[in-house]
Amino acid sequence: MRNDILVFAEHFRGTLNDITYELLGKGRELAQSLDSRLLVSLLGHEVGGLVERLGVADQVCLVDRPELKEFASDSTKAVLEAILADVQPRLVLLGSTSIGLELLGLISARKGIPCLDNCTRLESRDGKLVATCQIYGGKVFVEVALPEATTLVAVVPGSFPKEPGEVASKPELRNIALPPVLPEARTTFRKLLEPPSGDVDITKAPILVGVGRGIQNADNMSLAEELAAALSGVVCASRPVIDQGWLPLTRQVGKSGMTVKPKLYLALGISGAPEHLEGMKQSELIVAVNTDPNAPIFSVAHYGAVVDALELLPLLTEEVSNQVTKKASA
Amino acid sequence: MNIAVLAKQVPDLVEGLEIDPSGKALDVNYLRYILSESDDHALEQALLLKEKVGGRVEVFALNQGEARESLVAAIAKGADRAVLVDAGLDSPLNNHAAAQIFAGLLGGGLFDLILTGVRAIDDLDGSLGGLVAGSLDLPYAALIRKAEADGDGKTVIVQKEYPGGYAVELVVRLPAVLGIQAAEQPPRYVPISRLRQVMKTATVEEVSVAPPSQQPLDVTCLFKPEEGAGAVMISGGAQEAARQIMSLLSERRLLR
Repeated sequence: MRNDILVFAEHFRGTLNDITYELLGKGRELAQSLDSRLLVSLLGHEVGGLVERLGVADQVCLVDRPELKEFASDSTKAVLEAILADVQPRLVLLGSTSIGLELLGLISARKGIPCLDNCTRLESRDGKLVATCQIYGGKVFVEVALPEATTLVAVVPGSFPKEPGEVASKPELRNIALPPVLPEARTTFRKLLEPPSGDVDITKAPILVGVGRGIQNADNMSLAEELAAALSGVVCASRPVIDQGWLPLTRQVGKSGMTVKPKLYLALGISGAPEHLEGMKQSELIVAVNTDPNAPIFSVAHYGAVVDALELLPLLTEEVSNQVTKKASA
Repeated sequence: MNIAVLAKQVPDLVEGLEIDPSGKALDVNYLRYILSESDDHALEQALLLKEKVGGRVEVFALNQGEARESLVAAIAKGADRAVLVDAGLDSPLNNHAAAQIFAGLLGGGLFDLILTGVRAIDDLDGSLGGLVAGSLDLPYAALIRKAEADGDGKTVIVQKEYPGGYAVELVVRLPAVLGIQAAEQPPRYVPISRLRQVMKTATVEEVSVAPPSQQPLDVTCLFKPEEGAGAVMISGGAQEAARQIMSLLSERRLLR
């Protein structure tokens, strides 16, 4: 058992995802403080070209096979388990993503390896690893001392900067002994579904009026639409609003939705669960309105007000309309 | 198609969360429990599948919080069987322990599909679906927003979400576990009158199981985000907030 750190690299359509660089940057920092090595697993088909983007790692466990062309948890799990057996890392870093979520539970339960999800901070204190996870919709942080044995940790995208992980140079390849035939995949890829088109692209809108659970019902959506119209902006939403069918999927900000960086993000009645924050916290100006003073949205907002979004909406629309009219007539 | 739904109780975030004197757990005296939101979607997806292809929907919940009420509501919505699982423990179980219990109850090919919400707000040690699938060595697909039975009855076709609005269509061989993000339509609503009626007649079965061998994580402390950390807070009521936000936008030349 060594102190090595292994990052599971994710890629999509020939490009490494940001989460991979974020994990690599953090992994490098931890490996340095533990005086250990940083390894990265790269699984897929015809992905050899990505190796030189992984220069921050000491070694790359590259497994390139046709069966791995599209992600399927059965085959990926089998390969990752072989890599774990060979490397015996102290810490395995995955993204708390569509892919990472499947692997985390499957491998943890099958191999009896402890695991953590929703990690947003990770540090080494006197050789001990400490992870902080944000749960209960981001309202509580839980600090966990990691065991010395191999542990799987899934990190919320956007928790660490990606720049430290972006080092272009050719790292050493590590050969992994694999079974000649991977187990037959019980989940098979059929087709990629492109994002729905024909709606406004919220990633290009400079002003976004974001609404969450605080909007309460479908009828109140018009209040947000009116404010957006006054601001020449676009309405978007957190997951609960989308799942209720009050706005189409194209307007979803956060995990499995869009990542937006507008000039202004008005967060109205959004508490700020980590899966929403990962999609909007890089906005240039964030103004948050929520009745709960402890709402995690205020931790990423630049300005905040503890008021009811439903009460504020018509008042703000009126203020903005008056000002815009004044400007137009000036 | 025989479908099991795992329904988990989680703290209602509308109530304030308090940390207990040990500093390592939530104070349960202040907690009110509700059905985990994505489990409600899992139940809805199960009922939609049953309506299309027939079969049974059985709902399982650990005896915690308002689990019995959630099970009655599930029957009112159309579930065929509701099972309250008691492990004789007072404190909430982590997902590894819960998965161990459910794997014991649901293994052996009893079900074609096991559906559960892809995440719960208290998932610290991974999400339940993946752990159950791993324990039973079943295929698992997470972040599912649509599931349809295939003609042959041996597979389901699902849509799995990816970042940026992408999704993939997968064929999943049964039996399998799916982590549901959202049902094809919002969870159905049960009128109170119907709920009252079902409460009188419905049977919630009770099953006792041996307490699982928990391997707790070494939690050193819990803490809350600092109030308004980082944000400049605007005081006063809604009118004042509206005025100040407007002048802020005006200053930053964000008004057209």
